[in-house]
Amino acid sequence: MAMLSFERKYRVRGGTLLGGDLFDFWVGPFYVGFFGVTTAFFAILGTALIIYGASLGPTWNIWQINIAPPDISYGLGLAPLREGGLWQIISICALGSFVSWALREVEICRKLGMGYHVPFAFSFAILAYFTLVFVRPVLLGAWGHGFPYGITSHLDWVSNTGYQYLHFHYNPAHMLGVSFFFATTLALSLHGSLILSASNPRKGELVKTAEHENTFFRDIIGYSIGALGIHRLGLFLALSAVFWSAVCIVISGPFWTHGWPEWWSWWLNLPIWGSGGSHG
Amino acid sequence: MRLSSMKWVSAVTLAALFTAGCERPPVEPVQRGYRGTAMGAVYNPRLVEKQAAQNVLPAPLADAPAAGPPVATIYKNVQVLGGLTAPEFTRTMLAITAWVAPKEGCAYCHNVQNMADDGLYTKVVARKMLQMTQAINSQWKDHVQATGVTCYTCHRGNNIPANVWFTDVDNTAKASLGNRAGQNRSTAVINGASLPSDPFTPFLLKAESIGVNGPTALPTGNRHSVKQTEWTFSLMTHMSQGLGVNCTYCHNSRQFADWSQSPPQRVTAWYGIRMARALNNEYMVPLTDVFPAHRKGPLGDVAKTNCATCHQGAYKPLYGQSMLKDYPVFAAPIPVPAVAVPEAAPDAAPADGAAPPASNVSLPVPYASASETRAIPG
Repeated sequence: MAMLSFERKYRVRGGTLLGGDLFDFWVGPFYVGFFGVTTAFFAILGTALIIYGASLGPTWNIWQINIAPPDISYGLGLAPLREGGLWQIISICALGSFVSWALREVEICRKLGMGYHVPFAFSFAILAYFTLVFVRPVLLGAWGHGFPYGITSHLDWVSNTGYQYLHFHYNPAHMLGVSFFFATTLALSLHGSLILSASNPRKGELVKTAEHENTFFRDIIGYSIGALGIHRLGLFLALSAVFWSAVCIVISGPFWTHGWPEWWSWWLNLPIWGSGGSHG
Repeated sequence: MRLSSMKWVSAVTLAALFTAGCERPPVEPVQRGYRGTAMGAVYNPRLVEKQAAQNVLPAPLADAPAAGPPVATIYKNVQVLGGLTAPEFTRTMLAITAWVAPKEGCAYCHNVQNMADDGLYTKVVARKMLQMTQAINSQWKDHVQATGVTCYTCHRGNNIPANVWFTDVDNTAKASLGNRAGQNRSTAVINGASLPSDPFTPFLLKAESIGVNGPTALPTGNRHSVKQTEWTFSLMTHMSQGLGVNCTYCHNSRQFADWSQSPPQRVTAWYGIRMARALNNEYMVPLTDVFPAHRKGPLGDVAKTNCATCHQGAYKPLYGQSMLKDYPVFAAPIPVPAVAVPEAAPDAAPADGAAPPASNVSLPVPYASASETRAIPG
């Protein structure tokens, strides 16, 4: 297998968080490490349990396989395997493998002597999952508030959970999350198109430099954030999107039980409106 | 790193704005579907407690002795309740007074010099409302079941029920930036949304089509527009608001239109929409000329009913506690004895128009079982 120019540096000893030298080896191109082992353990166990759960269910249709959380009546206790217990163990496996993967990323960062940006970013995704399946159910008092594991079933859950609050687009944190998601895709498209045009010059021309890139954006919007800055901005927008997504679901129920439009009555009731705008 | 005090102040202000009016755990969840489908609701027990205090039944008046001749043979111009005995009739009048005009007393509807006089508009309205209540309980069992309604269900001690509606003035007026299509006028009846603020005129007065969903996920011939959908969404938001429930109380949102996936409450609600529409057209609109101007809306229309008129934020009005068992007089039209109708008073109710079916037909009352209609004389 061909080696990339930085691979020799990657394959250095040390930098492990747990296990010392015990798991500090590679399998083919893949670093193992203690957390690689735990990732594999949780991922394989979780996947096997999903397949077992599917075998108990009525269908092998990949879209319709559904591993549902327990009934609300089980509260924060354990449920029998076939009545949500599988979902509980699979959730633990999922969280175990996600966190293991993040920590494996940390070890690799330490080997490479680089910052923890990648595990930091991934931890936001883990936070969103943790919020959906652990924090919010605990605040609501039952594991049954977690989302079911299935391709269509989790979408149905999202839909009904949204409509429990009449109109989820009025959820202020959802507004922020959606805006950040759109902003991050806009920034990525602007950045991607800029890089593609700079690095694919017309026939006979040279590849353009950062000076060209900056000039392009200074010309059209009067400002260029720069080659480093765009990556900071992209990270901020993407992580904000995930962060506010987690906020928007954790406040729905634990901190607001009505329709989301009604939440805005504090705004409509500000004493700055004429008589026409008051929220009766 | 040190934050300046200005930054702290703005951070705290932002946090305060963001959490304004928010609630807190613990909350009480209700599961109403298969696990993991998110069919259900989350209730704040502290708010439910407050609401429960507003839904306590008034103590029923002591039973009246059932014996005696029908009151129609004693008093004049008793057109609806003439079949009652005098004690039951008086008990009913006292109950209505306590429910509708506790401060004003008998004089709110009656000329106390001549109780048979129909001179006060309130008496004409009250008669129509009695007929309406009996019609609801006998003809709309699909919606009110055996629980039924009384005057108190809506009035709760108010002359006019707290939740009535008038047609919006400039529902489709053109603003400088175009037709606002009735939108962007937030009101509490639609949860403060910017959806059309008067979904009642098209759906609960007129009979515009409510269903907008197509049968398939992709467009295969469904021509309903987003704008039409917003009117429906507004009506549905009002229903949720009026009942203190959410969309999943009646719908599985994975396919709103499909009855087979919907909770059975949707059937009750379907009849409720028809009932509100019928009550508005058969009982309220005919009273338009009876009401004085100050009781009418800006367009001169009469006050009308929607879901909140009875429900008042509860999934069942008064949490499903029935007052009919204490006041069976409201269960169905009571045949007025043919013996002696003292004064027909034909000019009493000028705007009644064609008498609604409930007033003239001496119903065999197909729905009311013997157990819930107490001995009705006559």
